[in-house]
Amino acid sequence: MTEALLDVRDLRLGVVQKRATLHAILKGVSFQILPGEAYGLVGESGSGKSVTSLAIMGLLGKPLSVTGGALLFKGQNLLDLSKREMRRLRGNRIAMIFQEPMTALNPLATVGRQIAEMYMLHQGKGRQEAQELAIEALASVRVPNPDRRAKDYPHQMSGGLRQRVMIAMALACDPDLLIADEPTTALDVTVQAEVLRLIKDLCAERGTAVLFISHDLGVIASICQRVGVMYAGCLVEENETKALFQDPRHEYTRGLLGALPQLGSRSQNGRRRLVDIDSIIADRSKLTETSFIVPRRPQGGQA
Amino acid sequence: MNGPLLRVDDLHVRFPVSGAGLLGSGRRMLHAVNGVSFELAKGECLSIVGESGCGKSTTALSIVGLQEPTEGTIRYRDQLLTGPDAPSRLQRAKAVQIVFQDPYASLNPRQSIHTSLAAPLRLHGVTSASEISDRVEVMLNSVGLTPDQAKRYPHEFSGGQRQRIGIARALILEPEVVVLDEPVSALDVSIRAQIINLLLDLQEKFSLSYLMISHDLSVVEHMSDRVLVMYFGQIVEEGGWQHIFEAPAHPYTRRLIAAIPKPDFSSDEMAQKTDPTPGLPSGRGFVSDGSNAPDVFVAPAPSELVEVAPGHRVRLGLAD
Repeated sequence: MTEALLDVRDLRLGVVQKRATLHAILKGVSFQILPGEAYGLVGESGSGKSVTSLAIMGLLGKPLSVTGGALLFKGQNLLDLSKREMRRLRGNRIAMIFQEPMTALNPLATVGRQIAEMYMLHQGKGRQEAQELAIEALASVRVPNPDRRAKDYPHQMSGGLRQRVMIAMALACDPDLLIADEPTTALDVTVQAEVLRLIKDLCAERGTAVLFISHDLGVIASICQRVGVMYAGCLVEENETKALFQDPRHEYTRGLLGALPQLGSRSQNGRRRLVDIDSIIADRSKLTETSFIVPRRPQGGQA
Repeated sequence: MNGPLLRVDDLHVRFPVSGAGLLGSGRRMLHAVNGVSFELAKGECLSIVGESGCGKSTTALSIVGLQEPTEGTIRYRDQLLTGPDAPSRLQRAKAVQIVFQDPYASLNPRQSIHTSLAAPLRLHGVTSASEISDRVEVMLNSVGLTPDQAKRYPHEFSGGQRQRIGIARALILEPEVVVLDEPVSALDVSIRAQIINLLLDLQEKFSLSYLMISHDLSVVEHMSDRVLVMYFGQIVEEGGWQHIFEAPAHPYTRRLIAAIPKPDFSSDEMAQKTDPTPGLPSGRGFVSDGSNAPDVFVAPAPSELVEVAPGHRVRLGLAD
């Protein structure tokens, strides 16, 4: 059995004030990501999926704080690292792409310079060499005319191109883990399809593991091998993607799947009424069931 | 069926593009809507789909009267809504209403829900306080809110509730046509289902006609009777929902459908589908839509809509 790249163990975090937890946000979340694997976290706004990723990146701001559990990255607990050690890891071994590339990029620097910075900071390259590597990186994310585009500022690019720049930047140092937090939510469908394909291809090529966060089950299904479903700070179900969609076990997962109008599901003689998740949530008895975490199949088996 | 409720003929909207073009100075015009014609029948849900910038929202705003068309006519029950004799916005408000994408941005934060809902009634001559209260109460009930919530302000509601208020405000004058501009795309997955269900229930209850603007094709398939696919200001395909989703003819429509991430694990067979649509006239081809260049669009060459099946029309290049 391969050792997990990232092992999130019983992660708890909440709003903390004077050492007292006022409000628990994650109530013990555990999952593992293998090297090269794409793992998806789905859930509604407020389910805790984004704070999970921020905790991994060590980017939680006050008043949020981790109150328990461990975040083992290659066997090392990220929570024990100093700020300086964490900075060395962040962007280098663990990289992240965000939902809105315009707010994540520096509007005052050319994109070429922002990508080059990654090589200078983490790999100690000189300015000239870093600039050339940046152009190569832009080419690898299929930006047309990369040498000219490197001189552009973020506002001169479309949303799709900006997100490509973010991906180039995130993958610049060949990280082991890429965290993608709703990277395509702000994009048009056809651009979204291109960006998803790009993330999928590049990560498969380089063996980068992905933690993909989205509220869109379709997006998750098209990119991830395994999925965890989050609800109110808990992981309520985890399974291989196909199995999860074909045979959801938890009431909440079933609700989430039923709430989506699915392409091709409408028949000539009428439409299916969409499931109202709130009615499921209102019926608390259904949600008190234990969560359904299906153990991963042993390695070597046909996954 | 005695004629369509709403009829749009050869609608054009152009915007001046300020600043110099690539080739120096000169006033360039952006042709946002380029000769769009369609009809909306009573009780029907017609959706316009397409990507950002295809002109779908501009078309919708023209119908509500928030955008002056450059050319073309819009008729509601044989009454012209465009031109010099057009009715005022106040008059057309009784016939056509709109529900916006972001309910928070479209509600006045300083007015209680009651005030927001009562304003259109007052403007239209309902003065009796008790009648206003009654109608507000009935409306809130029909959108799934309780009358005691009328005293509250927009910030006290969740996103889904705010969209319910947006719908209530659109329906309070009892319009026949409701334009839905991305009505659920700002909402969470679970809330989205509730609002879609609500919209379908209300459509049946009040026999409303919807003109829905959306880029979410799964929502469009679920709700629509007919679909218009817009690309670069033009309609490239038009048909019943079965035509569009089961036998899409135009390459752009196929590309849009193929682009939706689906949980059904089939590959992108829609994009590769090249079998010609039955009924396609020989010697006529599709105009290239620039799909090979990512993030770059090429304006299409001259073309026209051709009927390939009853009610199913596709844009083809002009015959030589």
